[in-house]
Amino acid sequence: MTALSPRDWGNLALCAIALIIAACLPLSSGAYNLTIGVTIAMYTVLATSWALFSGPTHYISLATAAFFGVGAYVTGIGIQHLPYWTLLPIAGVIGAVMAALVGLATLRLSGVYFVIFTLGLAEFVRQAITWIQNISGTKGIYVLTQITEAHIYWQLLGLAALVWLLGWLIGRSRLGFALRIIGDDEQVARDSGINTARAKILLFMVPGAVAAITGAILAPRYVYLEPALAFTPMLSFQVVIMALLGGTGRLWGPLVGVIPFTFLWEGISASFPNQTTLLLGVCFLVIVYLLPKGFVGLIDAARRRMRNSEGFA
Amino acid sequence: MDVLITGLLLGGTYALIAMGLNLQYGMARIMNLANGEMLVTGGFVAFWFWTGSQISPLLTVFLVAPAAFALNWLIYVIFLGPLVKRARSRGQLEVDAILTTFGLSFVAVGLMLAFFGGDYFSYSYLSTPIHIFGDTYGANRVAAFLSAVLICGALWLWLARSRAGMTIRAISVAPDSARLVGIDVRRTAALAFALGGAVTATGGALISTFLTLDASTGVIFTLKALVIVIMGGVGDVRGTIVAALLLGLLETFVARMIDPGLTLAAAYLLFVVILLFRPQGLFGRPTT
Amino acid sequence: MTALLSLRGVTKRFGGLVAVNRMDFDVTEHQILGLIGPNGSGKSTTLNLISGAFPLSAGSISLRGQPITHLQAQDIARRGIARTFQLVRLLPSMTVMENVKAGAVFGHRRHWGHEAEAVAEAMLEKVGMGGRGHMTVGQLTYIDTKRVELARVLAGEPRVVLLDEWLAGLNPTELEEGIHLIRSLRDEGRTVILVEHVMDAIRSLCDRCVVMAAGTKIAEGTPTEVLSDPAVIRAYLGDDDA
Repeated sequence: MTALSPRDWGNLALCAIALIIAACLPLSSGAYNLTIGVTIAMYTVLATSWALFSGPTHYISLATAAFFGVGAYVTGIGIQHLPYWTLLPIAGVIGAVMAALVGLATLRLSGVYFVIFTLGLAEFVRQAITWIQNISGTKGIYVLTQITEAHIYWQLLGLAALVWLLGWLIGRSRLGFALRIIGDDEQVARDSGINTARAKILLFMVPGAVAAITGAILAPRYVYLEPALAFTPMLSFQVVIMALLGGTGRLWGPLVGVIPFTFLWEGISASFPNQTTLLLGVCFLVIVYLLPKGFVGLIDAARRRMRNSEGFA
Repeated sequence: MDVLITGLLLGGTYALIAMGLNLQYGMARIMNLANGEMLVTGGFVAFWFWTGSQISPLLTVFLVAPAAFALNWLIYVIFLGPLVKRARSRGQLEVDAILTTFGLSFVAVGLMLAFFGGDYFSYSYLSTPIHIFGDTYGANRVAAFLSAVLICGALWLWLARSRAGMTIRAISVAPDSARLVGIDVRRTAALAFALGGAVTATGGALISTFLTLDASTGVIFTLKALVIVIMGGVGDVRGTIVAALLLGLLETFVARMIDPGLTLAAAYLLFVVILLFRPQGLFGRPTT
Repeated sequence: MTALLSLRGVTKRFGGLVAVNRMDFDVTEHQILGLIGPNGSGKSTTLNLISGAFPLSAGSISLRGQPITHLQAQDIARRGIARTFQLVRLLPSMTVMENVKAGAVFGHRRHWGHEAEAVAEAMLEKVGMGGRGHMTVGQLTYIDTKRVELARVLAGEPRVVLLDEWLAGLNPTELEEGIHLIRSLRDEGRTVILVEHVMDAIRSLCDRCVVMAAGTKIAEGTPTEVLSDPAVIRAYLGDDDA
């Protein structure tokens, strides 16, 4: 590991200050803003961790909802038996193990299999849990805690900081370099001596664990937990769109997608509740045809233009 | 016996839907995740004609198929052709196609919700009982099955015998060599894609005679068709038919014996088993 | 001298087609082995089998007496067998330096950080690309892409280097340099297996040649021996006059 440059320290300090400012939100604003804040924080965590894996490898994971739902159920079931602070790590471990299993089954194969497998996963777990509940005669679970919206927000912010830190460390590590090589040419990666399957599985465990922890953090917000709510497939798609809209090339890319998309989504669902699906579809098309590198690509291109025009002046 | 026949009847219709997807993925090389929406659209049209003017779904098919063909041709030319042209690698095309067809699928669902609302739609057509081996089955299921068999058979013959069919198979096996022998790969791929869409929409019109559909059920059928295509082997017509019948049987069995809510879960488990043990499909050779 | 790399009965079938049929040969250390033969005779497939790109249908391969037959490509690379590709494969989103670093970080000898960069820079120097590490792959000429690919391979400090038509398409000056470069690999103690069509290069470089036709070995010996072998001449010219 190489030493940090002054610029690295500067960036780190800047991030810390930004996080502290963001942490003040619950103290200064009303309930509605806090709700939006939680949504943004949640999608930032999910989209950033998603991009850590899918950005370099180009594997599109639609398993977010599955991990998220499992995490929510860990809190839902566990809260009656265990102290709250143990639940988040437990959810993380379960999510990571699930991701490793999914990875073992699919990451040796082509990307299409992975997409289908992950798309089906949430639906599979949902049907399985519904079935178990039918057999045992229960319907949903009440998640009654003292945890407030502000607590949820702070936890998510902490998790976001953790994800960024992890992403930054991975980017500087051999694993991060290996993944960039895999993303460029998997055969070259193998012939250079990279264990591609292991690298991909290891990295896929990150979004798995993070999404499960996010689910565990958010469970108290639902109060009443049922499979259709915890495993909504829409969540997976929203995360994909936000991450790609922002751009997966940079660590902060997904954030740039999450913020505008959250407001757009809120606006559309408030005035045209039936048109959210249409919006999702249009966003996918916009990404493919107009913004293949996301907002990050636009920003980078603008910067390059600026630098060039300065050079010629 | 009862389960067996119901399963086979269902599987026959599945075969038709999966055949459509196989034409698109196996031949035109586009993983079309909006396939299920094409099916629902086909079902919608059949529903509309039946409730509106009592036109039999079996006749509507003759309208649905060419319309879907034209629509899918346009989709290929407008949306997918440019992606094929710009793709530097197979992997990139795959990612782009997945995102685009997901986009199209959401747009389709959004439009259907806007125009028809989110209600379930079903109608009763040919719901008279038919007796086979002492058990009774809906005549609509039998009619759908027979039509599916007829169309699958015709399609199989056409692919195996006709010149256009051979061309389509050629681009699926070796797109580069096909170009060398003077096949217009892009046109042929568009043809295969459009044909696939037409077949799926036809399947949708048939399936709507005995299943209840709504605007957002498309994705479930996409998943099932994908499982069938992968199980049967990408580009393999015979494998698709066998896999579809197997899935029909499995679903019917699970629905009867365990819980009707678990049919998709069962299909998914089957998919996992296939991925782990025979990723090249039931009849495929291992490739490198 | 004992063999560094040995192939015994190596066979590869693709469906009904036998691409490589019971190949046997050995390479010792400090040796350049030429793998030659007409197009489609199974030379590249043999390289692919050695590097682990395809699994063998039958037979065995060993490195220093240790079997590597069933190892995966990445494990074979880690044990010190590295390769170039017939159609050059570079990592398009990375700089020249990063391309070469890929070899230094994950190859046979593994380095990290400044050390990896130093190794990569040294390899660039060696292939005549010194000081051009900042360039992007898109800016390179054809010959330079070949150089960068070779530098990536060498950065892992492999014991066996597999070169798949590395000299093809070079002009006379570049060919001269290329031959010199490959010879220097042997002088450093590496073993080289090259699949090649350029006869001058084969004559001046190879210590031994294995000639393949239709998937089987039809001759083996020094370049002079095999190139005068009637069976070899027949394989190259065809059986038309027979």
